[in-house]
Order: sequence, then structure tokens, then C-alpha cells
Amino acid sequence: METNNPRIRLYAILLKATLLFALFNFAFIFTSDIPFGKLSLYNVVFPGRERFPFGETRESYNLSLFDLDAMFASHLLAGAEKTADEYRVFLLGDSSVWGTLLTPEQTLAGQLNANPIMACGKRVRAYNLGYPTISLTKDLMILDQALEYEPDLVIWLTTLEAFPKDKQFSSPIVANNAERVQHLIDKYDLSLNPNDSALVRPSKWDQTFVSRRRAIADLIRLQIYGVLWASTGIDQIYPENYERAQIDLEASSDFHGITSLSEALAFDVLDAGMSISATTLLVNEPMLISHGKNSDIRYNFLYPRWAYDEYRQLLAERVTQNNWHYLDLWNLIPAQEFTNSAIHLTPAGEAMLAEEITKAIRTICK
Amino acid sequence: MGLTQIFASLLTALLVGALTRGTPRKFFLLALSVLAIYWFQPLVPLRSFDFWLPSLSLALVVLTWFLVTSESSAWRSRHNLIGLLLIVGLATLIVLSRYVSPRPLLTATNPPPLAHYLVFLVSLGFAIAFLVLLSRRLRWTLSFAILLLIIILVILKSPTLSLQTSIFFRTLTNRPTETASALDLRWLGFSYIAFRLIHVLRDKQMGRLPELTLPEFATYVLFFPSLSAGPIDRAERFAKDLRSEFTLTQEETFLAGQRIAIGLFKKFVIADTLALIALNDALAVQVHTTGWMWIHLYAYAFQIYFDFSGYTDIAIGVARLVGIKLPENFASPYTKPNLTQFWNSWHMTLTQWIRAYFFNPFNRWIRGYKALPTWTMILAGQVATMLLIGLWHGITDNFILWGLWHGLGLFLQNRWSDLAKTRFNSLNPRLQSTLQVGSVLLTFHFVTLGWVFFALSDSSLSWKVFMKLFNLL
Repeated sequence: METNNPRIRLYAILLKATLLFALFNFAFIFTSDIPFGKLSLYNVVFPGRERFPFGETRESYNLSLFDLDAMFASHLLAGAEKTADEYRVFLLGDSSVWGTLLTPEQTLAGQLNANPIMACGKRVRAYNLGYPTISLTKDLMILDQALEYEPDLVIWLTTLEAFPKDKQFSSPIVANNAERVQHLIDKYDLSLNPNDSALVRPSKWDQTFVSRRRAIADLIRLQIYGVLWASTGIDQIYPENYERAQIDLEASSDFHGITSLSEALAFDVLDAGMSISATTLLVNEPMLISHGKNSDIRYNFLYPRWAYDEYRQLLAERVTQNNWHYLDLWNLIPAQEFTNSAIHLTPAGEAMLAEEITKAIRTICK
Repeated sequence: MGLTQIFASLLTALLVGALTRGTPRKFFLLALSVLAIYWFQPLVPLRSFDFWLPSLSLALVVLTWFLVTSESSAWRSRHNLIGLLLIVGLATLIVLSRYVSPRPLLTATNPPPLAHYLVFLVSLGFAIAFLVLLSRRLRWTLSFAILLLIIILVILKSPTLSLQTSIFFRTLTNRPTETASALDLRWLGFSYIAFRLIHVLRDKQMGRLPELTLPEFATYVLFFPSLSAGPIDRAERFAKDLRSEFTLTQEETFLAGQRIAIGLFKKFVIADTLALIALNDALAVQVHTTGWMWIHLYAYAFQIYFDFSGYTDIAIGVARLVGIKLPENFASPYTKPNLTQFWNSWHMTLTQWIRAYFFNPFNRWIRGYKALPTWTMILAGQVATMLLIGLWHGITDNFILWGLWHGLGLFLQNRWSDLAKTRFNSLNPRLQSTLQVGSVLLTFHFVTLGWVFFALSDSSLSWKVFMKLFNLL
């Protein structure tokens, strides 16, 4: 490293370095359409993930990112070639489908795969496409991309919290994918507002290397976490103790300030999702029915009784109108089988749910 | 040190290097080093210890300087007086800042009240006077100072003693003792400060320490680029650089910048990335397959190298901006064909220190026992030396096992080298080079397996990892 070159001109070096960096930084704007996220070590060097990457702490060996391409590329679905005898089932939904506090084997997908059943003469293989935020638009966005993997059946587990129009962009993955949202609005003629301030529309500066450094770092970290996923099979923290779902509730009948549900819910997004795939089973997912303080006003932390009852009625009407495959499992699971929220199930709860879903699959395709 | 502290060090070094010459440069470096020990000191749960621990570092430096200075009136010279005033003045300003700013300006928490600090200052004055008086009459004062430093090191490096000390201080300050932890006494850079002080005290005893002014001495011990991760320079070499005329040329700046950039890349890109997958306590139980366990262990081996050598590069580069050429600490250690060469190229300044102040004296001592066979002398020397290096990192069973691992490895390599030297010389060049590659791989894997002890907190975990590495579990 030592040189005796007396001709080093520091100012010239710094100037050249600055210019080259500036050039590289701004040239990066032109790469914004290149789907770097599709480049992945998963399914090549490391096994694909059983569920989408999601996590906020280093100890979970996982991270949340907004790049849907990268999320799909890291999923085992991207590396699973569909065989002639596979009946491919996609499970769509929120954190209850993703499996908060559950190992991949304990999730609904894991339990369905543990006891394989036959449907339409083929072996059922379930894929966990749940993602831990609640929004119908988020589910639709995932489903829209998942179609290229040729599902035979989509099972869409949802709940009232995913329906309010005001909540559609509150999921960070939706808010940070404005172009995809625009595409969904155009493709399915949705009534969502494309100019909603919650949607992040990157400026030219936001597309430079400096501005995108976090996203690039996340992409690299996702690949590095592949080592930990491959070696441990761990993709979230499993605490020995956690706060149980709230049983004693506030004496409030408020639901997002909504007074009339029929006007406030994004049924057009549901319609779009239900029309995408050849066969879709809609499931009103199980929730905790509390028997504590003020449980005469509210079912649980999320829902006042009036809103949830009205939602179930509206949903049932819509199902009948459209002749959809539908399961209303809202009260299937006893209260003790919920973990840290009104929709997160224990492994035993997931087993009960899997049993009902299995019956439905057999009914849909004997 | 985080990126902010590194860039602040870089900028201030650049300014000092470019704008100051001669004596002012010395005083600026002293001032920066004094401020740095307060700024770099991490937050500790004991009240105001983020002020007291750096202050104790300063006190130990000043006390030691008084002990190793031949002339009792040396402190009255202009340079030393200014140096003393600068050290005390800056520490006092930090204390006074609590009355000016509601938030701490340099320390992690608000400094202690002025009255507490004044008590500390007066006690320090008495301690200096007492020690100086004692040192003129009793020859063992220097040995006592070395012993004191070793005792502090032992307390800090032993989790049990650290915990007890923390409980003691918590009781003294009426704070809850249930939350006491061995990590409460994180004293930034003390391992390095202690080794530099022991070096000067020992050299003074041997009569080979040159006279150093207080600014030179304090800057040597507390030099901000090498405060937290070394290297451990020698006082006379450091002073020579400090006394030399220095002009920061464009070429010097470029070379320093290049070294810093390499260090930053090694530490913050390579090492920090590898840290995500490097072997740790959690992975020791979570990983179930042999292949992946090796991957995590390799990741640790490279992470620790890039982390440490990256910091060294940064320290050497920053020091170069102010005209100090710190010694190298690493020389491609993982490419060495035997363990002796590995230790001559890994954390070299620590190895040289241990060799000078422990290994050589120990060997001279043990050779006095003529009845002992040579191999037992070699074994005792290697094992004792490596045990000491292990203990320097921490007084835990795993660091002891790590020291034993390397001590026995060095002994076996020594015996093998003796045996092989006559037998393999006649081999043809191709076989010799194959043997060389094999030796490098063997040495690397021996060192890497040793990291199992170093990376984990407990020996039962290390045992489990060994079992998994060899598919025995």
C-alpha cells in the first residue's frame, strides 16, 4: 500500500470520486423499473421460505420489506414446480394465516400439509401466502401476483378489520407500492382513491441510489438471512411468555368511527379478489369471543357486537348474491385457543380450523 | 466506536494534522485524547460512572507519570504544567457543563456535581503527593502500581468480581442491587490502557524507559485512534513520532484515507454483514446440521478478523493524519502455515507485549530449573503464555479453554516442527508446496475450532457445538 509517488493530487482524486459517485447515484434512477427483487438465493442456494419474510428484530432472522418480487422470490412457491398430481392451494390472509407465534408446521398451511388429502384426484399442497397486516387490498395485491403460480384453489381468510375503505392503504406494504395499487385500481375498476396521501409516490430523488439504500440493504439482508433460515428453520421469535389477548374490554361501541357499514366497507376489493381465480373459498376467520368485562358491548378488542353482526349479515348476503364458496367460522374456536390477539390461534386452534377447511376442500372438489 | 465517532476522529485528526505543527500539535492531540475518553465511554447503569471511569483512566495516567518521572520537580516545567492544566481543565469543563446545558454535552449522562469532582481532585492530589514521596523512599512502589493495575484488570475481566463490585457501588449509592450485572463496569479501553501503563512501569524498573513529558506520556496512553481497540504501541516509539517534525502532505493524506477506507469497508461492510450469521450462543443450540454449523463458525472466524483488523486499519489511518505511525497488528494471519506464525501475525502488538513482559522472563525463570526436561519447559511456557492471553480477554472457563487450546497447539506444533524439519527437507518442490497448502488449511482450521470457545459464553455450549461440528450429536 505504501507508495512513493509524489504526484498524488488529493483534490483531483476527491473531485473525480465525487463526480463518479454523483453519476452512479443519478444513473440509478434509470434502474427503478428493473425488478432486482426477483434475483434471489432462495430456492437456489437456500430452501425457499414457508411464508413471506416479515419481522422487525434481528433475533427473528427475518425482516419486513416492501418489495413484493423479493418476497415471492424468497418463498418456496417460487421454486416449486407444479406437478401433474398436485392440487395447489393458496392460503391468503393476515397474521393469523401467516402464523404469528406459530412455527411453519403449526400454521394452517403446515397442518394441511402434515395430513395430505386428495382433491379432484390430486394431492393437496397448501402454500402460506398470508402476510401480517390487515387489508383486503394487501390480499388482492398478493393474490394478483400469485396467479402466475397457477393455483387450483384460493382460500381467502378474512375478517371485518380488513374491510374499511379507510384502512386499505394502512398496511405499509400497500402504502409503499403505489404503482401496484394503481394497477389494481385500473385492472379491477376499484373505487379506491389513487391520490390518497397514504400512498407513497417516490420522486426522482427518491429513486437515486442514496435514497434507495435502505431498500437495497434490506434486499441483501434478506439473502443473508437465508443462511439462518436454512440452518435453523426459524423465521420469528417464539417468546415463552406473552401477553394474552384482551378479555376485559372498554365500554365502547365504536368501530373506526363508522356508523353505516354498508357504505364504509371495500366490498369492491373483495369482489375483485373473488373473481380473479377460478375457484376461491372465502372464509370469515375465527375470532376470540370474550366473556369478560363489557363483552355484552364488544366481542373482543377489535369489534363491537353491532358492527360485527352487521358485517356478517352483509357478507352472507353478498355470498348468496354471487354464489361464492363460503365458510363462516367466526365462532369456531374456543377462547382459550387464542394467543396474543383476537385472531391469533394456538396450534390446537389451527388444527380445529384445518379440520373445517379440509372438509370444505373435499366438498369443493371431490 | 460507531461511525459518528470514527468520522469525528477523522475530521479532527485531519484538522490537527493540517493546521498544527510542533508543540501545539502535541497539546491538541492530548486535548483530543482527553475529550475522546469521555465521549467514547459507553453508558453504564451506575450513576455518573460514564464520567468517573474515564476520570479514573486520567488519574491512573497522571499517577503513573509521576511514578516513572525521575525528576521530582519535573511537573513544574512549562510543558508538564500546561499538560496537567489541560487534563484537569478539560475534565473540570465537562463537570461544569452540567450547570450550563440541561443535556450532557460529551458524556453519556450528566456529569456529577462539582463538589463530588472536587473531592476526587483533592484525593488525587494527595495520592500523587503520597506516591511520589513513597517512590523516592521505597523501590517497590512501581511493583505495587503494576499489581494495582493487574488487580483492576482481574476485577473487570472476571464476571463474578465485576458483579460483586457493581453490587458494592450500588449499595454505596443506595441503588437497587437486584439489577446489578457484570456488564455494569464497561470501562472503555482499560485493557489497552493497563497494558501500556504496565509496559512503562516495567521499562522504568528495567531502566530502559526514556524521559517523557506529561503531554507525551498521556497522549501515548490515551491516544484517541487506538483507545478502544489498539494497537498497543511502545512509549519510546510513539514519543519519537510525536517529537518528529510532521507536515501533512497530500500523499500522506491519500495513504491515510486509503487505509481508513479499507478499514471502514472491512468493519462496516464485511464484518457487520458476517456478524448476522456468525456463531453465537443462540445459534449454538438452534443449528442442527453439521454443514451449517461449519458455515456459522467460518463466518465467525472471518467476522472477528475483519472486525478487529478493520478497526486497526482505521486507527492506523487516523493516526497517520497526525503524524503517528502506529504499529501493524495483523499480517494475513489466516494464510500462515503454522500456529507460531499465526500468532506472529494476529494481534501482533499484544503478542509482542506478552512475549516481552511474560514469555521471555518466564522462560528465563523456568530454565533455571535445570532438572526439568526441555519439553516440559516449552510446554509450560507456551501454555502459560496463551492462558494469560486468554485471561486478558476475560476470566471465564471458555477463555481459559481457548488459551489452553492454543498453548497445547503451539507446543504440539513446536514438537512436530522439530521432528519434521529434518524429514521433509528432501521432498520434491511439488510435494513441499502441497504440504504448505495443507499446513495453511490445518492451521486455519485449528484456529477456527479454537474460536468455538471464544465465540460462546459457556463451555457446555462449546462442547455441544464441537459435537455438532463432527456430527457426533
